[in-house]
Amino acid sequence: MNTTEWFGIAAALLIGLGLFGVITHPMLLRKILAFNLVGTGVFLLFGVIARRGAAAGIDGDPVPHAFVITGIVVAFSASALAVTMALKLKSDTGESTFPDDPPADAPDPAAPPRP
Amino acid sequence: MSEAILHGGLILLFLAVAATSVFTRDTFSAITAFIVYGLLLGLAWVALGSIDVALTEAALGGGITGALLLRAASRLRHADHAAETRRTGPASHGLAALACAGLTAALIVLVLSLPHPAPSLAPLAMEALPATHVGNPVTGVLLAFRAWDTFLETVVLVLALVAIWGLTSDAMWGGRPGPVQIPEPDGNLAFLARLLPPFGVLIAIYLFWVGADEPGGKFQAGTLLAAMWLLTLQAGLIDAPVLSRLRLRLAIVLGPLVFAGIGLLGLVVSSGLFAYPPGFVKACILLIEAASTVSIGVTLCLLVLGPPERPATP
Repeated sequence: MNTTEWFGIAAALLIGLGLFGVITHPMLLRKILAFNLVGTGVFLLFGVIARRGAAAGIDGDPVPHAFVITGIVVAFSASALAVTMALKLKSDTGESTFPDDPPADAPDPAAPPRP
Repeated sequence: MSEAILHGGLILLFLAVAATSVFTRDTFSAITAFIVYGLLLGLAWVALGSIDVALTEAALGGGITGALLLRAASRLRHADHAAETRRTGPASHGLAALACAGLTAALIVLVLSLPHPAPSLAPLAMEALPATHVGNPVTGVLLAFRAWDTFLETVVLVLALVAIWGLTSDAMWGGRPGPVQIPEPDGNLAFLARLLPPFGVLIAIYLFWVGADEPGGKFQAGTLLAAMWLLTLQAGLIDAPVLSRLRLRLAIVLGPLVFAGIGLLGLVVSSGLFAYPPGFVKACILLIEAASTVSIGVTLCLLVLGPPERPATP
């Protein structure tokens, strides 16, 4: 095993860690942050695959590198949109978390009335 | 051996900082940890042999994303306490931990069973690169071999901005984003906001120009421009732009328009969509990069600023 594979294992840990944050953090901003961790983990996996494909005198496969660069920019755009929606939720309802789930036996307000 | 120690230490460090950003209670500490993590991850990309990605990750992943999150956190500050009460119980935490550990384990198995020898497009890319007269293979992939992807990606930035502006309340449409920043003429921030932008703009132009042959390019340069603009805005030296101004909107779409124009030109004067005319490949790439640098810089900054929140004239 060489150090490139260590980065792959680190990427797997980052994805797990980020996902745990997304699931368990009640605050939306923390969910967005944790989701960014998942994203960087996925990018790092790309980096490992690019590094393993080093050939023709360059340090890595440039195609995954180009994907990751566009990916980072798109991830940022998505985060900016998510943050704006979280702020909008706060200014409209005063909440910074998702509302609690209604009890399982409560009638669903969105459901059509039964005939 | 020394490489193993260096890389191993780096990995342990960024994993620890990432864990801090997930497990710490205080939102500001979490965001600070995330910014540090972005910079460390930049080093990890250097270790993996890609300076292009390292620059992008450090500037965008750590820097600008950090600025975005910090701005939001300062507005949500009072909501922190209320959110604590919604923390889920230990049982559901355990279940989540188990599921995430399972995912991580599956990914580790995948990483360790990647095929040998690794498939690679590097030889193909290097073989075709001389035809583009560009020396940096990543720029070649971004702007020549996979130009369609990169074009769509610049459109995504504009679409995200449209979506964010779509959340404007009716009364504020066409106003200025963010609160008024009270300038503190003798403060540290104002000092830095006067000192750094000339260097920042110069380095951005350098990154754009050198991106053709060395690590760099429009994303890194645009991010730096956005950071300089945000710095002067944050220090209160200039006011946020009026979002309905035609010049601002033209700056946002300049990059995609030039990119699309040159791409469509390929249908007429060359062999197809995004096929650059022979002999003018590098000129086309530089033109697209220049226009995109401006648009990316403006758009990234506006994405951080968010929708308009106050009228254009107070």
